[in-house]
Amino acid sequence: MLLLEKRPVDSTLMRWASPVLALVLTVITGFVLFLAMGKDPVDGLKFFFITPISDLIGLAELGLKMAPLLLCAAGLTVCYRAKLWNIGAEGHFLIGALGASVMAVQLVDHSGFWVLPVVLLAGVLGAMVWAAIAAGLKTHLHCNEILTTIMLNYIALNLLLYVVHGPLKDPYGFGFPQSVMFSDSALLPALIPGTRLHLGLAFGLLAAVAVWVLFARSFIGFQLNVVGQDHRAAAFAGFGARRLTWFAFLIAGATAGLAGASEVTGPIGQLVPQVSPGYGYTAIIVVFLGRMHAVGIVAASALLALTFIGGEMLQIAMNMPKAVTGLFQGLLLFYLLTCDAFIHYRVRLKPSAHQSTKAAVTAAHGEA
Amino acid sequence: MTAALRLKLENIVKEYPGCRANDGIDLTVEAGEIHALLGENGAGKSTLMKVIYGVVQPDEGRMLWNGHEVRVENPAQARSMGIGMVFQHFSLFETLTVAENIALSLPPEEARDRGALDQRIREVSERYGMALDPRRYVSTLSVGERQRVEIVRCLIQETTLLILDEPTSVLTPQEVTALFSTLRQLAKEGCSILFISHKLEEVRSLCHNATVLRQGRVSGDCQPAELSAAEIARMMVGDDTPISTQVSTAEPGDVLLDVRNLNWKSNDPFGTSLDQVNLNLREGEIVGIAGVAGNGQDELLKALSGEIRADSGSMRFADTDLGSLAPDQRRKLGVAIVPEERLGRGAVPEMSLADNALLTASGQGLVERGMIRFGKVREFSREVIRRFGVRCTGENSAAGSLSGGNLQKYIIGREALQNPRLLVASHPTWGVDVGSAVAIHEALVRLRDEGAAIVLISEDLDELYQLCNRLGALCDGRLSPLAPTAELSIEQLGQWMAGEFESGEVGHAAA
Repeated sequence: MLLLEKRPVDSTLMRWASPVLALVLTVITGFVLFLAMGKDPVDGLKFFFITPISDLIGLAELGLKMAPLLLCAAGLTVCYRAKLWNIGAEGHFLIGALGASVMAVQLVDHSGFWVLPVVLLAGVLGAMVWAAIAAGLKTHLHCNEILTTIMLNYIALNLLLYVVHGPLKDPYGFGFPQSVMFSDSALLPALIPGTRLHLGLAFGLLAAVAVWVLFARSFIGFQLNVVGQDHRAAAFAGFGARRLTWFAFLIAGATAGLAGASEVTGPIGQLVPQVSPGYGYTAIIVVFLGRMHAVGIVAASALLALTFIGGEMLQIAMNMPKAVTGLFQGLLLFYLLTCDAFIHYRVRLKPSAHQSTKAAVTAAHGEA
Repeated sequence: MTAALRLKLENIVKEYPGCRANDGIDLTVEAGEIHALLGENGAGKSTLMKVIYGVVQPDEGRMLWNGHEVRVENPAQARSMGIGMVFQHFSLFETLTVAENIALSLPPEEARDRGALDQRIREVSERYGMALDPRRYVSTLSVGERQRVEIVRCLIQETTLLILDEPTSVLTPQEVTALFSTLRQLAKEGCSILFISHKLEEVRSLCHNATVLRQGRVSGDCQPAELSAAEIARMMVGDDTPISTQVSTAEPGDVLLDVRNLNWKSNDPFGTSLDQVNLNLREGEIVGIAGVAGNGQDELLKALSGEIRADSGSMRFADTDLGSLAPDQRRKLGVAIVPEERLGRGAVPEMSLADNALLTASGQGLVERGMIRFGKVREFSREVIRRFGVRCTGENSAAGSLSGGNLQKYIIGREALQNPRLLVASHPTWGVDVGSAVAIHEALVRLRDEGAAIVLISEDLDELYQLCNRLGALCDGRLSPLAPTAELSIEQLGQWMAGEFESGEVGHAAA
């Protein structure tokens, strides 16, 4: 019989092997799924994982999707290190997009170098205020942050839908729910000319560097780690849990807000209802897959960006449903969590039932 | 003694991953014998008890019960054979009555008739001088009374071997005396008692024979009354460990800490509130706070550290009002704290020793403009390890991988190296090997000689009498007066531990 037994010490090897193992298992399951659907699995996997990034345009598209994932994941990493389970990056992202759009529409007749920073800042501040709601609910009313942030995500989405259908709707837009196109001064410059890749990716990479510095070098990062690992030790040392909660939530709001603002000022150039395909939720997978480590989340955000464009590619090339993106993301998270169990536990063979029966018989004799 | 053999263990081996807890142990207990099982923490006492009581099964070895070989599969079987055990931490439901608690451990047919059960409880408790009202709720009982419930519960089941795990650590000296006379009476009637302890004087006065364990093996058998405590201690720790500290006398200076009328109300219905606590402390003196666990020790420590804020009262430290400051601000003024829980409060188990230095010592130039200076952190950590003889593989060892004694030396060292003006230490040598305990005592005395004021909260009266200039006791959140150690009899201290004092008055009497 198999027995799951706690390891005396956590396995460092497994900590890093687990994401790789999860990816391998996801690919194998994908292979089986393609077969079951009567599609050529080799072609399917090729269209999903390889074709999308086989030229410069494709790589630029990958970077385009990576940017919001990486920004959201950077902020969530700060929260998750302190075991603050902020699920609200999606809401922060939407409010960031909304705030930036409101400002960009106000400034649509202005031009100048200052317009873009003001627009981005509006998105960042809006999202920080949004994150502050959840932080305040947690520190002052002891509300569970998982519930409040999820609920705030829905409120943020409906707020965005209201604004895009109402106050911000382009009056000359033939009734489509979208804002006017922003002025050129409010748009992010391209990183690689001729592609859609914009400055947002640079923001994402900078955020990853900042996360690395925060946790590898700074005292506040150390405090966040202590709060996450042992809140009693943190209280004993005087690391204020409230202060750190606010810090983590505001950082998460700022980065996800910047991601939202970069999305509307980048590839889209206006506010539309479907501004996010769920970047804020996917970023949660990125953080766990990336082991809450700066380098890890960069790699993981690239992989999950690929699931977005790979899913699109399969829709076009093999006529498969859009759900395939969510399916692969879900599989990846499922296998990751399963494999993570083996960081703390190991499998062992239990002594056979035959032996324990013998022991029981001995005992019965002893009592008699 | 020519009495019959009650229990005989032969070559008991029990192995856990990475540790051979029992390594070929032989033990013999006769009928009517009070047998001590001695050893330091980690010597294998608890494991051996669990083997006898059927909590775990040995990997090798035989157990003979009244001459027959047995294999005890579980505690229920042990109880049906006549083995009873009183654990250090009681297993009683506070919201049930004494009789209900006892009924829970009886076979259904015996538990059903409550009237008869009440009668039996009264009989047994009166016969052995342990007054108990079966109708009272356990939550209203003192710790000593709760222990009686546990013992009566064993006796009602016609126990012929009673195992007591550190039974006196929760009792006042008077309660200890009462317990011992009960145990002697039981032994006279033929009940065997296995008495686990590390308090040597108690063992010498109570037990007929003793088996001493060291590192999972029997290091000796003796008749404790015929040896001195030092000779027995030598058997426990081996030849190469110092077993006691020479404490020089101290000359206290000016008043450093002055706590007056401190009150704090606990939110927890079973928690302890602090009630009109008065405490003053001079530079260069050690003040000891005795008391049975759970009488407000942890709350007092937290009030001093800043982890909880008092509701009323004043707390002056030198010229500063301490009461309104957060833990890290107090630390900057020179207040160092050694909490009772080493892992999970004093240190983060998964983090390295170096990172754990940063936990409280960040003010020692280890952090500059918000950035950690890792070189300095490692240097500080290595200094603690070197100066306090912490046995580990280096400053990168995880705190959780160290033994209790070594980790405690590291924590004390971490605080001591920050040159505190006030050190509050709670149970600093609890569960610590004798060698480490001596090192910790020496560190405290050295700090005192350098002019620091020390509050020592402990349940170990020997330790308190050995180290402290003045002593007091906490009972139910109230602090007794503090009296000079030399003038305070152990009987008087025992009364204070039981709450017999006028609260909040005499705290400033000592000159």
